[in-house]
Amino acid sequence: MPAILEARQLVKHYGAVKAVDGVSFQVSEGSCLGLLGPNGAGKTTTVEIIEGITPATSGEVLYRGAPAGLRFREEAGIQFQKTALQEFLTVRECLALFHSLYTRRASLDEVIEVCALEKLLDRDNRKLSGGQQQRLLLAIALVNDPAVLFLDEPTTGLDPQARRNFWELIRAVKARNKTVILTTHYMEEAYFLCDTIAIMDHGRIIAEGSPEKLLKEHFEDVIVEVPRSDFHLDRAGVPFQVLEGREEQVEISTANVEGTLRYLMEAHVPLQRIRIRPRNLEDLFLELTGRELRA
Amino acid sequence: MRRLFAVMHARNLEFLRDRATLAWNIFLPVALVVALAIIFGGSERPLFKVGVLHAGKTIETRAHPFLGTHYVEFVSARDEADAVRKVARHQVDLLLDVRDTPARYWVNTDSPKGYIVEKLLLESNQAAANAPALVREPVTGEAVRYVDWLLPGILGMNIMFSCLFGVGWVVVRYRKSGFLKRLRATPLRAIEFIAAQVLSRLLLILLVTVFVFVGLRAILDFPLEGSGVLLFLVALLGAIALIAIGLFVAARFTSEELASGMLNVITWPMMLLSGVWFSLEGSADWVRWLAQLFPLTQMLDASRAIMLDGAGFLDVAPQLAALAFTATLFLVLGAMFFKWRVE
Repeated sequence: MPAILEARQLVKHYGAVKAVDGVSFQVSEGSCLGLLGPNGAGKTTTVEIIEGITPATSGEVLYRGAPAGLRFREEAGIQFQKTALQEFLTVRECLALFHSLYTRRASLDEVIEVCALEKLLDRDNRKLSGGQQQRLLLAIALVNDPAVLFLDEPTTGLDPQARRNFWELIRAVKARNKTVILTTHYMEEAYFLCDTIAIMDHGRIIAEGSPEKLLKEHFEDVIVEVPRSDFHLDRAGVPFQVLEGREEQVEISTANVEGTLRYLMEAHVPLQRIRIRPRNLEDLFLELTGRELRA
Repeated sequence: MRRLFAVMHARNLEFLRDRATLAWNIFLPVALVVALAIIFGGSERPLFKVGVLHAGKTIETRAHPFLGTHYVEFVSARDEADAVRKVARHQVDLLLDVRDTPARYWVNTDSPKGYIVEKLLLESNQAAANAPALVREPVTGEAVRYVDWLLPGILGMNIMFSCLFGVGWVVVRYRKSGFLKRLRATPLRAIEFIAAQVLSRLLLILLVTVFVFVGLRAILDFPLEGSGVLLFLVALLGAIALIAIGLFVAARFTSEELASGMLNVITWPMMLLSGVWFSLEGSADWVRWLAQLFPLTQMLDASRAIMLDGAGFLDVAPQLAALAFTATLFLVLGAMFFKWRVE
């Protein structure tokens, strides 16, 4: 697959602060790239440089092999972290406004159906719930039938149910061969939606690849979680690695689950509430940076 | 063009649905004009007022025996044509010219007070030692009420506030809320966005103004001596100039408070010095000079000339040119400095 979008050595300084410090990546057509990182990692600045909203200090962005220009603006759909729309406009009017700004246009009925906005069309956009608002903003990002869709933390602030629904929606959009670039600090979201993830910290990409590949590369173990209240042993005496920095759970890293469980049983640690889980992207971030993703 | 009209349409809807603001735009000028008409309607000047065209810096009582009359206010007049117009409008009861002999005087034959003051003048003239010759110049014309003079001021002020705040403040709000940034991510160009804002506000404020003008005319029966079309042209150019200033102020700011402060700094001097409430004829030269810089002054001077004196296109051409210049200057500056987003 050829790269539809390429970022080369993007740098953005705000005074002495390097918000983005030499970021490069390629996105192939029809795939989903997730930029994963904590708040302040430079994800939003990176995508806003690519979108042409923020000028870069240096570096370049190529769209279909050429510097991103008017064609890119026609063919990109963008959902910012927060966007206030005009006051007093209904959902239908907001959609119509943005629809008329493009030469390339999707069928509005289809966009409305995909984003499940049929019942909200005549409502004032300020009276939507968080999830409804995000669906409207997604619909606005889709009115030009974009080839590339940018979603900047689209589910931040949504309840788990609304988040799930939104993910399903993005999957449906992706299935139409759209390229998606997503920033998020929910590793679950990145895992669910992205073909490739790039983990960012302090303005740099510190790891990149498919979620499975990244996890396989960095981990061979699994985690045994024991509630802290059940774990009465002295950590120093445990013959397995006990992970630092976890709050409510004691986490034991092991490649030998049977041996670990046998040890815990013999030490009279209750097993009713233990959980065995594979390594996830959250662990990977912690491993790479020594910090938690949502810290 | 489709993009421009889409943005303009959206802005129109936003304005029209904001009922409170719309009502305010209509209610404020009507309430002010009606209230002031009631307050000032019954009050008459307690004295007779006579304009005097004279040589020298001050009025010399010796120049004519009439000038010693008690209970008559004598005011200096400089410009003859202007002074005669005041007689026609009943703003002075009589005008006396003592620069030459024989002395001349102008009196409005429609004015009851003029009739009495003329009697006083002739009597004092007869009583004088040699009864100097007097030339009578009759003038006609209806009285101009304060409310007739005030009305263009109030409508102009309403246009000013609506244009400056309705564009300046709103664009800053759009920028702060991120709406401009969202538009930036579309193929919409800055000039299309700006043009849409100008056209939307222009359309709405002119509709409101015409509506209020026609409505008040039915209630107050104020004069419109000149062309209504020309008056509309003055309002149009004036509104464009004021919107352009609003856009210039809004070009960069991201704080509504700061923008609002700036807009106040611009509107208040215009409110006070552009002659909304009272004429600046008696004020210092520098004040009048400063006032000439304000588009509101140009707008009010031109519209009063059209409404009260029946001025034609050539008479108000200087004001129209000044408004066109202000509009062009600030539109260009506004477009040059325009920024979509918060840095």
